Amino acid sequence: MNMYEWLQTTLFFVLLLLAIKPLGSYLAKVFQGDRTFLSPVLIPCENFLYRICGVDKDEEMQWQRYAWALILFNIICGVALLAILLLQGILPLNPQKLPAFSWPLALNTAVSFMTNTNWQNYGGESTASYFTQMAGFAVHNFLSAATGIVVAIATIRGFVRRRLSEIGNFYVDLARCTLYILLPISLVFAVFLVSQGVIQNFSGYKTVPLVQATSYDKPKLDAKGKALKDAKGNAVTETVTVKEVTIPMGPVASQEAIKELGTNGGGFFNANSAHPYENPTPLSNIVEVFLILLISGSLTYTFGVMAGNTRQGWALLAVMLAILVTATVVLYCAETSGNPLVAKLGVHGVNMEGKETRFGVIGTSLFAAATTGTSCGAVNAMHDSMTPLGGMVPLSLILLSEVVFGGVGTGLYTMIAFVVIAVFIAGLMIGRTPELLGKKIEVREMWMSIITVLTSGVLVLIFSGLALLLPSSVSSMANPGAHGLSEVLYAFASMSNNNGSAFAGLNGNTVFYNLSGAIAMFLGRFAPIVASLAMAGSLAGKKYVPPSLGTLPTDKIPFALWLTLVILIVGALTFFPALSLGPIVEHLIMLGGK
Amino acid sequence: MKELRPALLMFLLFTVICGGIYPGLVTGIAYALFPSQAQGSITTDKNHREIGSPLIGQPFSDAKYFWPRPSATADFGYNPMASGGSNSGPTNPDYLKTVSDRVKAQHDAGALGNIPSGLVQASGSGLDPDLTPDAAEVQVARVAKARGMAEHQVEKLLADCTKDRQLGFLGEPRVNVLELNLALDKQESR
Repeated sequence: MNMYEWLQTTLFFVLLLLAIKPLGSYLAKVFQGDRTFLSPVLIPCENFLYRICGVDKDEEMQWQRYAWALILFNIICGVALLAILLLQGILPLNPQKLPAFSWPLALNTAVSFMTNTNWQNYGGESTASYFTQMAGFAVHNFLSAATGIVVAIATIRGFVRRRLSEIGNFYVDLARCTLYILLPISLVFAVFLVSQGVIQNFSGYKTVPLVQATSYDKPKLDAKGKALKDAKGNAVTETVTVKEVTIPMGPVASQEAIKELGTNGGGFFNANSAHPYENPTPLSNIVEVFLILLISGSLTYTFGVMAGNTRQGWALLAVMLAILVTATVVLYCAETSGNPLVAKLGVHGVNMEGKETRFGVIGTSLFAAATTGTSCGAVNAMHDSMTPLGGMVPLSLILLSEVVFGGVGTGLYTMIAFVVIAVFIAGLMIGRTPELLGKKIEVREMWMSIITVLTSGVLVLIFSGLALLLPSSVSSMANPGAHGLSEVLYAFASMSNNNGSAFAGLNGNTVFYNLSGAIAMFLGRFAPIVASLAMAGSLAGKKYVPPSLGTLPTDKIPFALWLTLVILIVGALTFFPALSLGPIVEHLIMLGGK
Repeated sequence: MKELRPALLMFLLFTVICGGIYPGLVTGIAYALFPSQAQGSITTDKNHREIGSPLIGQPFSDAKYFWPRPSATADFGYNPMASGGSNSGPTNPDYLKTVSDRVKAQHDAGALGNIPSGLVQASGSGLDPDLTPDAAEVQVARVAKARGMAEHQVEKLLADCTKDRQLGFLGEPRVNVLELNLALDKQESR
């Protein structure tokens, strides 16, 4: 790395770490119902909301009711989005007169946005109207992010509360999260992104002349829309000259801010954050990475504050940070060493396929590691075109169940499940009673943690296996050989873990991928959520056991190292065979020059 | 089903807040503070005609223009209605053939030696408006010859159009191809 790259990276992480404590404390205040600097403005809004919705803000819920309210709320969100997509043609704010989504695509997309995945089997600029983007996608970006965060908060309450059966009020948590946290931060950063060149308007698409006209061969179609062929079976084409192009417009900045902040990742445009109107400058790029990591990082501090042990929060953050930095460095090294097969053709320089000039390799590596370590899934470069080991980094970060910062909320509750497992295994090995923050870890907690951690792995392996057995789904691969396997593996890893990024060569818009993906996204989202809430309910009811000589300290460096190992071992045991057949084999082939 | 009412109403209210009020507010502030950026940073010529945005690359293939990076967008390169990359894997034989053809095209057009990767590998958006300075440098001789300009004149324009890292340290130095080509045309018409 050169001096500029070091400076950029170091400064970035310093600023991120500086933001974590203040925001983490603020989050704790919001969820504990304390006054904050926004309270004078927002308390009246909040009370108005509760009055209309008939919510008693002092009423607490047991975990079963909390989970039911959450699932019902999310289903309402999903059904509403499904309706919007299927009715797009007759809804307003559609200057391009885009038609409705087909039903398998609509179902996949609705589940995708409801579950914070934002897997996209469509290109935004050519498929989704402004109404769909704002009233559909943007709303879900907020609400699905809030859903993840409140589950993490409820899980924390499980450790904090003693001999109580309630874990909070879902509606109050959701409303506070959206009003106090997501909306204000998004508003500020959306305006900042506009200053860099991200667009924000409701105009129709703009037509501009090209400086130099271009032309291309267009296949001729018959009356039925099928491609015409000549006597030899070759497609008949006609040359079309293009003198002007249509540039898409839209309310992008408002969506871009929450897309990163809420680790949603659904791009306004097909190219996502590689598109110059979503991410126009190196500064906008680094700010977007900052937003992706901001809330998940801060929640570790919130956890520490609420649990009365801030060292515990820092310990979790240290584990996340260590893996993220390592991943970024590996990715950077793989991409800067370039592709030897391309170098042989008389080309010098880093691997630029799928990358944008303005970000540089370090801006691309940071973004790719952050977006897959969290459940964001926005991309500023095409992961499919990275070198095999470079592409394995985002894939592996997703397969580690997204605990490297992780999705907003999801990262923390999944990390807590890993902590429970690590405490339990350590307890078995050294003969200490498994306890975490004064709560005994028993069979029920172990079950729930295992469900939280392993659901996605099971889904990935089963669905990838199924896809490889079906000839129709194999033909969706864009690249032959080992790389094709990586594409399928990445697709199901991304959907089961609610990431949403893709090895995008794979054509996911088929009935099989749309439906299997919808199932994977739904289960991958709600099984861990229900398990985490169940664990919270069970923990909240337990009495506090003060730490004794027999207690394993979970806020010190040895435990942080142990936790890192547990995360890596669980990931490796589950996925090593699949990874060796995909990216690792491809790396060897590339080095072998075949 | 006593949860139905609060869940449904809360969803509807937040749809209004997050899907209507929030984007509306952002649009209002954006138009007040950064009207040009909010509407796509579109540049106009001296007759106030819109001639494209420096953020959105355009296809150039004429010898007298600097060529941008390859673009994998559908139908034709730099189609703003179909942003996206090639998604070609690094060992895909078809892809390697494509790169090989692009290298040959550069050599045929007069570029010497190894070609900078950015000039033969497609961008992620397919709309990348920039080149690295070395990718522009290999084209200087061709452009100068096609325009009958001295190479040092083209070099000078190129240097003028090269932007340093943002704030001095972010990203990479780069050249905006549309701006550079418009500057060339302007110079010639003078």
